[in-house]
Amino acid sequence: MTAASIHIRSFLQEGTRFIAGALHFLKGTGMKSEPVLSTLEMKGIVKRFPGVLANDGVDFDVRAGEIHALLGENGAGKSTLMKVLYGMYSPDEGQILINGKPVTLRSPLDAISHGIGMIHQHFMLVPTLTVAENVALGLSSSRRIVLDLDRVTEKVHELSEAYRLRVDPSEEVWRLSVGEQQRVEILKALYRGADLLILDEPTAVLTPQDVDELFNTLRTMSEEGHSLVFISHKLPEVLRLSARATVLRDGRVAGSVMTNAVSQADLACMMVGREVLLRIDHPDVERGDVRLMLDGVHADGDRGFPSLCGIDLEVHAGEILGIAGVSGNGQRELAEVIAGTRSISAGTVTLNGEDMTQWSTHRRLEAGIAHIPEERMVDGAVQEFSVEENLILKNHGHAPYSRGIFMNFKAIAAMADRLIQRYDIKTPSRQTQIGSLSGGNMQKLILAREISRNPDVLIAAQPTRGLDIGATEFVHQQIVAQRADGTAILLISEDLDEVLSLSDRIAVMYEGSVVGVVDRKSATANEVGRMMAGGGCEAAGARSLAPVSEPSAG
Amino acid sequence: MTAVIVGIVSSSLRLVTPYLFAAIGETLSQASGVLNLGLDGIMLIGAYAAFYVGITTGSLALGVIAAGLAGGLLGFIMAFVSVSMRADQGVSGIALYLFCLGLSEMLFNQTLGGVRTISGLQPINIPGLSKIPVLGPILFHQNILVYIAFALVPIAWFVLNKTPFGLKIRAVGENPHAADSLGVRVRRVRYQTVTLGGVFAGIAGASLSIALLNLFQPNLTNGMGFIAVALVYFGGWRPVRVLLGALLFSTVNALQIWAQVEGIGISPYLTLMLPYVITIVVLATMKRRNSQAPSALTKPFERGQ
Ligand SMILES: Nc1ncnc2c1ncn2[C@@H]1O[C@H](COP(=O)(O)OP(=O)(O)OP(=O)(O)O)[C@@H](O)[C@H]1O
Ligand SMILES: [Mg+2]
Repeated sequence: MTAASIHIRSFLQEGTRFIAGALHFLKGTGMKSEPVLSTLEMKGIVKRFPGVLANDGVDFDVRAGEIHALLGENGAGKSTLMKVLYGMYSPDEGQILINGKPVTLRSPLDAISHGIGMIHQHFMLVPTLTVAENVALGLSSSRRIVLDLDRVTEKVHELSEAYRLRVDPSEEVWRLSVGEQQRVEILKALYRGADLLILDEPTAVLTPQDVDELFNTLRTMSEEGHSLVFISHKLPEVLRLSARATVLRDGRVAGSVMTNAVSQADLACMMVGREVLLRIDHPDVERGDVRLMLDGVHADGDRGFPSLCGIDLEVHAGEILGIAGVSGNGQRELAEVIAGTRSISAGTVTLNGEDMTQWSTHRRLEAGIAHIPEERMVDGAVQEFSVEENLILKNHGHAPYSRGIFMNFKAIAAMADRLIQRYDIKTPSRQTQIGSLSGGNMQKLILAREISRNPDVLIAAQPTRGLDIGATEFVHQQIVAQRADGTAILLISEDLDEVLSLSDRIAVMYEGSVVGVVDRKSATANEVGRMMAGGGCEAAGARSLAPVSEPSAG
Repeated sequence: MTAVIVGIVSSSLRLVTPYLFAAIGETLSQASGVLNLGLDGIMLIGAYAAFYVGITTGSLALGVIAAGLAGGLLGFIMAFVSVSMRADQGVSGIALYLFCLGLSEMLFNQTLGGVRTISGLQPINIPGLSKIPVLGPILFHQNILVYIAFALVPIAWFVLNKTPFGLKIRAVGENPHAADSLGVRVRRVRYQTVTLGGVFAGIAGASLSIALLNLFQPNLTNGMGFIAVALVYFGGWRPVRVLLGALLFSTVNALQIWAQVEGIGISPYLTLMLPYVITIVVLATMKRRNSQAPSALTKPFERGQ
């Protein structure tokens, strides 16, 4: 009898071992497995930077399968809190609990192994590597010292099918559109088995179509049990996507609410601490002479392909000309051609009737052209310089900021303080390096510099991208005020609502050409959306292959 | 005529060896974002170490190993200064070069006292292949370091493009922050490539002192290490193109030597300059594709902004 029971016991042992092994095997081959992370709690998180209390006792929790929005003004501490969760910053105080157990996250690697993934406000991709290589980076290969890119590619295919993340794994990342790059970021996290995915302002750079696709993906993920933390300044999409929202203000939690119980205005009020106007006054302004004119302008893009194909445009004094279009259709190049940072291959650019095609950037600047570039991190600011130095960057040669070869530091300091206050730039001091400012505040700084120069022509590329609602409202007011002062404004934006509400006329760009110019009074979002997609198509989402040569509406 | 050509090609293959070792190692460290301008100095120390160990122990193999170890140590020092201390790479490279230049001269005076010669590495015939007419004696009658140097090219290509380590190297050289966010240990990778680059540079020196010239004297390398750095740029950070550049350079050099030996009526000073002039001209006229250079080259990495 005892011999039989021993046999049975060892049989059972063998069996459980076999099953455990099989489960392990299935897990390894990408079958669905038990989540590593189901609930997460952050308690009393405090994070200090020199001169700034970025998080001041923040409590935050995420439930399994939940889409949780994290809101707050620029500099409220959202990114900081999430970087603490991703192991990039260690908190000065507080605790992180995963499935009820306290954990210490010392590096992103720790966070990844606990099932946490993060997509940063500024993408973390290696542009010269392929999609599959970006995914495989840092992981051990199933073939040990030889890369297994074919297997990675296969699994990426499976994931992109399952979550509808269309992207070619063998493409190099620099060739991808912003929307595609973001899909790569999501794939990276999914591939590493992220149960909780943090998305820091994922929609700030996306076209409306890409946003829809992203939301579909995120919903699929949450149905499958993934938890998502979603940072955004766009309240309509917050209400659309998330079930719960936590609002930060000055590093503290201002409240945590179920989104079906609140309105946009409620959220805005929680964020800012006051009522926010969600629309702008747009008084009639007498339109003046032609300030800026482009005539048959051709130019090449970064990679040597033509990106502007015969642009004719006029912007009058006291007018806002909106440029609508899906990103990558020549808008950035258009702005650079006017600012003088990109040379043109044919055509002329005229300022106040003078041909300035051959002028240097400096001369254009002196002549009154201001440019708020799209890539502010790279083109608009010197990361190593202080707030003050960045503010003076374009005016340092003028009285009262310099006399002869000497800088007048008093005048500079006074000017910097004034702008910091007026534009509500959150910074510990004017000597702080601009690299440590929050994304939105960096942006406000460049805006402050450009607008305060009282330009004749203002090129504003995505001026409110990444700005909170209060700041967006402020920037819109500034732009409208510039218009009232008689500045000619070229407003380049992918945010159709912004273009429609601010512009006097709207030009739509598609594949390097202006496919139509419409008046604001007669324009509708539908019509402009259709032109953005290439003009001919009925469905606003579809992008026709052939460029449309003649204007389709006027 | 064939004899002349065989002679020139064969000598260019031997001449290319030190450049190849040094430039392939430098390709790895630059691909990870570290410019090591101290290469020439490391070669000098490697040349000395190989010669001294070879002549005192009588074992050339030990000499090569000593050169590799010395080079690796110097590479490690370069990594410490530029990766951990985040010193300016250009300046610290030059400092390392000057240090090695002085050190090797001092060691020469202290331990050798004068120029002596050594019987260097002997050519090895690859059985069968070395019997092929014309090509045989050129390609398959060389010393062991020549074979290793050529083997390094496909190996380096393979490591860079087909292994997880190579992927890390490229990522760290291009966007260290992205690599860091995926748990790649940026500094460790750079330490590894720069140290390995030092090992290769040391062996490059050995190939000069105990295989090519069979002697050691102060400033034996005469700037070859700097040419190797230029070759990395020339080759666009790709091992195979680095090889082509190195071959071009050494062929011109072999021609130049031949012309001198033959006593062609051009001043030797002019012919001596020729390879360098050609390098400069090629570098200057080559269409600069900046996108090829590792974006983080010469930029120290610092986490947490
Ligand atoms: N590495 C750093 N060093 C110093 N200060 C920092 C650093 N990172 C953030 N800060 C400061 O901490 C505060 C919070 O910044 P954080 O980036 O978390 O804001 P945010 O809520 O993400 O804002 P945004 O919406 O503009 O992205 C800001 O005042 C910022 O200047
Ligand atoms: Mg942020």
